[in-house]
Amino acid sequence: MTVVLETIDLGKRFGGIIAANNISLQIAKGARHALIGPNGAGKTTLINLLTGVQRPTGGRILLDGEDISNLPTHKRVRLGIVRTFQINQLFGDLTPLETIGLAVSERRGQGLDWWRIVGSRPDLVTEAVELLERFHLTDVINERTALLPYGKQRLLEIAVAIACRPRVLLLDEPAAGVPEDERHEILAAVAALPDDVTVLLIEHDMDIVFSFANRISVMVNGALFVEGSPEEVARDPRVKAVYLGEEMVDA
Amino acid sequence: MIPPPSAVRAATEWLFARARWHPLEIAFWLAAFAAIYLLPGHHLILTEIAWLGLFALSLDLILGYAGIISLGHAAFFGFGAYTAALLAKHEIINEPVLALLVAGLAAMALGFVTSFLVLRGSDLTRLMVTLGVALLLRELANRLGWLTGGADGLQGVTINPVLGMFRFDMFGHTGYTYCLTVLFILFLIARRLVNSPFGLSLLSVKGNPLRSSAIGISVDARMVAIYTVAAGYAGIAGALLAQTTAFASLEVFSFDRSADLLLVLIIGGAGYLYGGLIGAIIFKLVQDYLSALTPQYWPFWIGLMLVVIVLVGRDRITSWTAPVRRIAARLDWRASKYRAAASSTEGR
Repeated sequence: MTVVLETIDLGKRFGGIIAANNISLQIAKGARHALIGPNGAGKTTLINLLTGVQRPTGGRILLDGEDISNLPTHKRVRLGIVRTFQINQLFGDLTPLETIGLAVSERRGQGLDWWRIVGSRPDLVTEAVELLERFHLTDVINERTALLPYGKQRLLEIAVAIACRPRVLLLDEPAAGVPEDERHEILAAVAALPDDVTVLLIEHDMDIVFSFANRISVMVNGALFVEGSPEEVARDPRVKAVYLGEEMVDA
Repeated sequence: MIPPPSAVRAATEWLFARARWHPLEIAFWLAAFAAIYLLPGHHLILTEIAWLGLFALSLDLILGYAGIISLGHAAFFGFGAYTAALLAKHEIINEPVLALLVAGLAAMALGFVTSFLVLRGSDLTRLMVTLGVALLLRELANRLGWLTGGADGLQGVTINPVLGMFRFDMFGHTGYTYCLTVLFILFLIARRLVNSPFGLSLLSVKGNPLRSSAIGISVDARMVAIYTVAAGYAGIAGALLAQTTAFASLEVFSFDRSADLLLVLIIGGAGYLYGGLIGAIIFKLVQDYLSALTPQYWPFWIGLMLVVIVLVGRDRITSWTAPVRRIAARLDWRASKYRAAASSTEGR
């Protein structure tokens, strides 16, 4: 197993509160790794630490064995660690086309180009249109993002991350708040991610977790509690006791 | 999966739509240049409008596009003004255009250094920090009397003819043509800039810095960059004032100037480049008219105007012109939809 992303004794304190407690986690290359746990277990904190939105108060983060603990977010993105947000973080005044075009141009290192007009690179536009089509956003391609239906915004949230060509993609509850009948679009998009992209998924919906993941880590109170294959986690009585409840048995 | 060429063409069309020249814009500039010949009796006030418009354009670049608010933009304006005046007084650079460039570069350097102060903190912090920088510079200019002339201002400045050919005159004929030309060139550059990938990234930084960094944008670096450019613009505006009046005084750094500037931009609306220019026209004309009417009380009317504008604008100070711009955008959108449809049928 090749480990692509690894944390060693990673910790985060907010004053007296320990949000992440000596987390040592290994994520294998190409894995479909799910991170589950009750609300307040520290899952989003872990994502924030991995992406550099917050700085750890202890421990290290390694990408391909290189210490990235002190790199700012944008540099980690350049190295391939990209995330989505539990609550949409989009550019309300831009259109999906502009949003994706921006992400692509930044990825290509053309973000400081201040002379060419946006859209003057045909290959960039083609890539953006292709991506928007893949995420079923073609019909709203030129609408203001703030005015899009929630489900479409959720799709755009993932599409923006994909436009950055992640090596490790951190999905923070991608289907959160999406009505039941629109979920399949998002799940299909997540399932269709390329195999070489490593995915760490935070999710509460156990159907999604067990249909998607080949590895599951359970977090409780800021610490890793149990880790294993979906079968192992499903069988584990401790997991059942603290978190999953009876519905787990069926899964 | 390769998308159909018609979809790519339509997308390209939409991306270009923002940057396309609107007929109203062309009319605006034609009118401005026509004033050189048609309004020779008003060139003095038009000169003031031109450099004030450039100054406000500079503030628009940071406020309207990157969301950085400033109450001390006069720092760069004044720095440019003194630089240009000193260069001319000591005959270091005798040609005004060259001196203008140097003044702009000097202001850019100052902007770069002070930009790091506005990276952190809230709008309130930024207001205070920028205000503080301008006050510092003003006091510095006051103390360095041997260089700046202190409270008396820098006197005995002679400005040579522009490009060695066009002598400044007391009616502002040369002044207006000169200022307008500089304004137009810098406007074209700004227009390119805001419609570029860099400009788009500024809007993203303004709209959502968290997400901007999550797509690999260094938010700080972008802010430093645009703040530096804007400082250069402000410096050139100040240099234009110094050159057209052959004078520089402490007043170029004053708080009033920074505050009036914010007012000018709010009158015109931020975030579409013309706000500063339109604001400058309205501000100067109103000031001119009201001060002729009631010399002492014109700030009262300006104040009243400000209150009304902000009340109409309500949630955002930039938005009172929004309804008008929405209509314009709607028209544009229809036109671009039509063009996109036309180009996709051509493709078949």
